[in-house]
Amino acid sequence: MSQPESAIADAQAGGRNGGTPPRGKEPLAKLAQRYGLRRAIARPSLPVYLRQLWERRHFIKTYATSRNVSKYSNSMLGQLWQILTPLLNALIYWLMFGLILGASNDITNYAAFLITGMFVFTYTQRSVTGGAKSISGNLSLIRALHFPRAALPLAYTIQELQQLLISMGILVGLVLITQEPVTVYWLLIPVALILQSCFNVGASLVLARVGATARDLNQLLPFIMRTWLYTSGVFFSIQDKVVESANFPQWIADVMYFNPAAAYIEFMRDILIQSHPPRPGIWIVCVFWAVFALFFGFWYFWRAEERYGRG
Amino acid sequence: MAELTKELFPVEESQQAPKPPPAPAPAPAPAPEPKGTPTVIVDDLHIIYRVYGATTDHEKGNAASALLRLVRRQGRPQMKEVHAVKGVSFVAYHGDAIGIVGRNGSGKSTLLRAIAGLLPPHKGAVYTDGQPSLLGVNAALMRELTGERNIVLGCYAMGMNPTQVKDKFDDIVDFSGIGEFVQFPMSTYSSGMGARLRFAIASAKTHDVLLIDEALATGDREFKRKSQERIKQMRAEAGTVFLVAHNLDVIEDTCNRVIWLHKGKIRMDGDPETVLAAYNKG
Repeated sequence: MSQPESAIADAQAGGRNGGTPPRGKEPLAKLAQRYGLRRAIARPSLPVYLRQLWERRHFIKTYATSRNVSKYSNSMLGQLWQILTPLLNALIYWLMFGLILGASNDITNYAAFLITGMFVFTYTQRSVTGGAKSISGNLSLIRALHFPRAALPLAYTIQELQQLLISMGILVGLVLITQEPVTVYWLLIPVALILQSCFNVGASLVLARVGATARDLNQLLPFIMRTWLYTSGVFFSIQDKVVESANFPQWIADVMYFNPAAAYIEFMRDILIQSHPPRPGIWIVCVFWAVFALFFGFWYFWRAEERYGRG
Repeated sequence: MAELTKELFPVEESQQAPKPPPAPAPAPAPAPEPKGTPTVIVDDLHIIYRVYGATTDHEKGNAASALLRLVRRQGRPQMKEVHAVKGVSFVAYHGDAIGIVGRNGSGKSTLLRAIAGLLPPHKGAVYTDGQPSLLGVNAALMRELTGERNIVLGCYAMGMNPTQVKDKFDDIVDFSGIGEFVQFPMSTYSSGMGARLRFAIASAKTHDVLLIDEALATGDREFKRKSQERIKQMRAEAGTVFLVAHNLDVIEDTCNRVIWLHKGKIRMDGDPETVLAAYNKG
């Protein structure tokens, strides 16, 4: 953050510190006040900001859809890739970890276990990575048009959500192929997705603000994401590996399950896979992260609203 | 500069003086004001850009020198600050059409973006009545998408709602004159067609304070005439217009006031004949 905070304080205080008010004339700030003119850049209060964001919902939705459409518009198979990509991914992971590395030894229905984890994790990973680039990659848009800047990270998350809904269809199909029964718990799938989406929005808002000023983040993010992937229990069961195989104390596993990605993966597995041992209280972690990330994310992003675009 | 503006508008100022001050709080935007009320006040504005990747000769961007910098605790030398606007102040009034002239890199576009509230000021402030908007939606459009989709996307990006988009859609297609190409991706358009569609989308909305940055030199002669007409019409609807153009004839035709920017500062501010004559001399 090389932007000196004092300059912002100056600007908020009326920008007159050290300025040269025209001598013997009414200061311009006073003139502006007399005619009820408002600052071109002023951060609205948080409720107003959220309302403005709601008014832009059509833009957010259209922008997300347009990005999804344009992403595949150059390939011959076009939108079919939205289905093919997750399918191919699932196949590779299953080959790699299920057959070659043999991670499946202790887990019944490893295919469903792995694919669920992978799809859920990918949703968070892609939302967060997209969010980190949503401001720094759209500077020209920010410098040309007016809209609440949170629209951009939101649109990126919605774009990933649209992709995920397709992936979920495939996931449910694959899980059914592995002969999991349809249970009443499947009704909880939308709940799990909504909670995860809330977390993703919050996390991408936070990273959008960080990525707007810290240019090195995009270089660093792949490594952070890979570490996150390996610690979230996508390929293995945290409880089995950490406590039973490695003999670490139970609290380390508990801490690892507090990781939001691990929690959402675990929650979805509880719902979809009957043989998966349910983890009591995992839904509390899911709700906590959803609420906390959403509130903190909006607040944190909104705090810098007038500074996005300086580059 | 404030002195100059006051000299230019002494009568309006004194006429407005007895007017009771409106509430400073978020009062609803006042109904059509009599000519002479300020709509845009720029108060000692400084804009500083940060540019990444600029290097001098002796610090080539290799890994070793980057490491050395870290060891020596020198902060981010690739980052240069560009002081694009250096203390600009002026007052624009209702009904003004202000031309901004100056060499390339004199800060014209930056000033417009700051008035539009798109670039945060480093110091000073811009006060406006209503929301100034820049004429241009290029950045929101996507080349891979069809014209139709881009019209919808562009309209939403400018803040329209679905009914307005439906209302304006046919107008935009007609005005751009691209016909059935509207169903093709914009990447297949000729540069003229693309420019026409962009202008048609951008000008579909009415604005309080309108900022136009070199938008007039697009398309063929027929379209130029059409777009000039559209701009005139938008000027009539907007309270105040700012126009950046290198084509001085356009400014002479349309503006009643010209600001000459030089290296981020106002060199001259006054009526078109005087300022343009001085500007042409150098």
